[in-house]
Amino acid sequence: MPQVLGLTGDEAVAYAAKQSDVDVVAAYPITPQTIMVELFSEYVANGEVHAEFVCVESEHSAMSACVGASLTGARVFTATSSQGLALMHEMLYIASGLRCPIVMGVANRALSAPINIHGDHSDMMGSRDCGWIQIYAENAQEAYDWVIQAFRIAEDPEVRLPVAVNLDGFILSHCMEGATVLDDEAVKRFLPHRKAKYPLDPEKPLTIGALALPDYYYEFKLQQEDAIRKAPEKIRETNREYEEISGRRYGILDLYGMEDAEAAVVCLGSTGGTARAVARALRKEGRKVGIIKPWVYRPFPAREIVKATGNLKALAVMDRACSFGAPYGALCSDVVSILKQQRRDLPVLNYVYGLGGRDTRPSEIRAVFDETLKAADTGIVEEPLRFLEVRE
Amino acid sequence: MVKLKDLPEEELLASGHRLCAGCGAPIALRMALKVAGKHTVVANATGCLEVATTLYPYTSWRIPWVHVAFENAAAVASGIEAAYKAMARRGAWKQKVNIIAVAGDGGTFDIGIQALSGAMERGDDFLYICYDNEAYMNTGIQRSGATPHGAATTTSPAGTKIPGKPEWKKDLIGICAAHGIPYAATASPAYWNDYMTKVQKGLAAEGPAVIHVLSPCPTGWRSDPADSIKLARLAVQTRYWPLYEVDGGTYKLNMRVPKPQPVEEFLKAQGRFRHLFKPEFQKEVEAIQLWVDENWKRILKLCGEAGR
Repeated sequence: MPQVLGLTGDEAVAYAAKQSDVDVVAAYPITPQTIMVELFSEYVANGEVHAEFVCVESEHSAMSACVGASLTGARVFTATSSQGLALMHEMLYIASGLRCPIVMGVANRALSAPINIHGDHSDMMGSRDCGWIQIYAENAQEAYDWVIQAFRIAEDPEVRLPVAVNLDGFILSHCMEGATVLDDEAVKRFLPHRKAKYPLDPEKPLTIGALALPDYYYEFKLQQEDAIRKAPEKIRETNREYEEISGRRYGILDLYGMEDAEAAVVCLGSTGGTARAVARALRKEGRKVGIIKPWVYRPFPAREIVKATGNLKALAVMDRACSFGAPYGALCSDVVSILKQQRRDLPVLNYVYGLGGRDTRPSEIRAVFDETLKAADTGIVEEPLRFLEVRE
Repeated sequence: MVKLKDLPEEELLASGHRLCAGCGAPIALRMALKVAGKHTVVANATGCLEVATTLYPYTSWRIPWVHVAFENAAAVASGIEAAYKAMARRGAWKQKVNIIAVAGDGGTFDIGIQALSGAMERGDDFLYICYDNEAYMNTGIQRSGATPHGAATTTSPAGTKIPGKPEWKKDLIGICAAHGIPYAATASPAYWNDYMTKVQKGLAAEGPAVIHVLSPCPTGWRSDPADSIKLARLAVQTRYWPLYEVDGGTYKLNMRVPKPQPVEEFLKAQGRFRHLFKPEFQKEVEAIQLWVDENWKRILKLCGEAGR
């Protein structure tokens, strides 16, 4: 029977990894991710799992060991944050390039300098082109649900790509909420043991990670691009099957009020919850506002976003990371380019917000909606890139 | 000891690869695989051996072989070991597989030392072979922590003021032995029996084993490709490259060199040391001889043979 447990985001991720019956976890401590691996090492120490926990000496080695284990044929999980993800950067590309279906929990945290342990999306945004499927969870429940689904998506024979499940550092990683968990058997049925197509088997020797020069490299990369473009179909399929066992519906985008919204906010992760509460209040006041919260950020949900913006007169995109010197934050750049490509001429406002864990309150999101509604009326955007709640 | 007649004729590292004539690396790996057999997986760091044996769509490897990156052969091997263990635990894997991580001196002494140290500290069960050609040969002969004093490389050139690399070689086996691993040894491809026996011991050890094998590099050493094995022998016979092992914490000298040749004999056969024979740098040759003598004494002492 499903049961409700009080879990922090980190605990929810670790619990999902445990139920997913992973073979190998290789990880290194970093705030605010550490609880995930602490809890997992407890499962190992208490004999609750069959997994090997490789307690490595750095995140670089964590991802290296994960790649080695994944190529061998194991189901592999790891977790990191911030500087740890940055240290893994080289290996992230290799994990996807070697088509390793690793699942990683990322407790999003600001990047140094100055050093800051709190939540923003600089870490994952800095690695957004690494070829990983990237999911953003809004709360502990979503983090739990997506980790289980992530293994199915990652290991799909047509995808075979790593998946990062992002959750906002502290806001989600350390915040305890009630989360409904499935029973172990249900997860086992949903997620049978991984059957790797090309394991490291001396009976069938393979060379993996060969040198590819200009005559072949490009085609390897194209195969990777094809694989990630196939992912949405597999994600939807996984979501449907997961709904059957959990009763919870997921998809590429989480939409609110978009049937008739004239002004909407695009945001990732926990901000979606605050934004939804604000939007609900505004809608009670008769203002037609909505939320577009991508669960899946890579592959970028281009078609879905364009479709969702059908009735809109103006759009705000909230970026919890700064792309220094760029026209917009990363999320907004993607949104603007896809709108342009689809000839959707829409006023777009971009807000960089919440850097280094700066709290984003309902009043601020209300101001974002107010300005977006104004742009919807006038069609004019005076300042395309704004910095929310920052001291001048 | 390994016996010649017991060695398989089967070559698990096929010929036709693109390593230079006279390169020590494929010799060292061929020999290691003759001992390890086909139930072996190799995790290869970026380097000459990797790029020259796996130029897609070709491969020289007749066993499962993985290359991930430069600095992490040990961590990749740790992951492979963990995977087999966990998969065996749930009944999905039955065979015993030898795991060999292989890296050059750059991938071991410098950029890979952290991953190696971590794996040794954790006691992960695999054999790590460092083929030491004493510089970053794959990128075009740059100095590494393994480059000997006085050697000219492209980043420690033989200048008019500074004659090659000023620093001395790192003590890799000392570093490994300090981790308390079950087995560590030096080797030279000129002494195949000693080397292959060490591979056997390293694979049999429960936990990490490290073999540091000299790998002559005609391109970087500027020596005759036909002389590689001769140089590998001379390195031992001049006491430049002592053959010893640390088995369960006990040092043992594997080759006594009662009548050593002067190190000059080893140096003068290689273009990388040519500048040391100019009159103004003659003292460098003396300094290297002194280092060789002191290092030999140090190792004899560790091996409990100080009186010899």
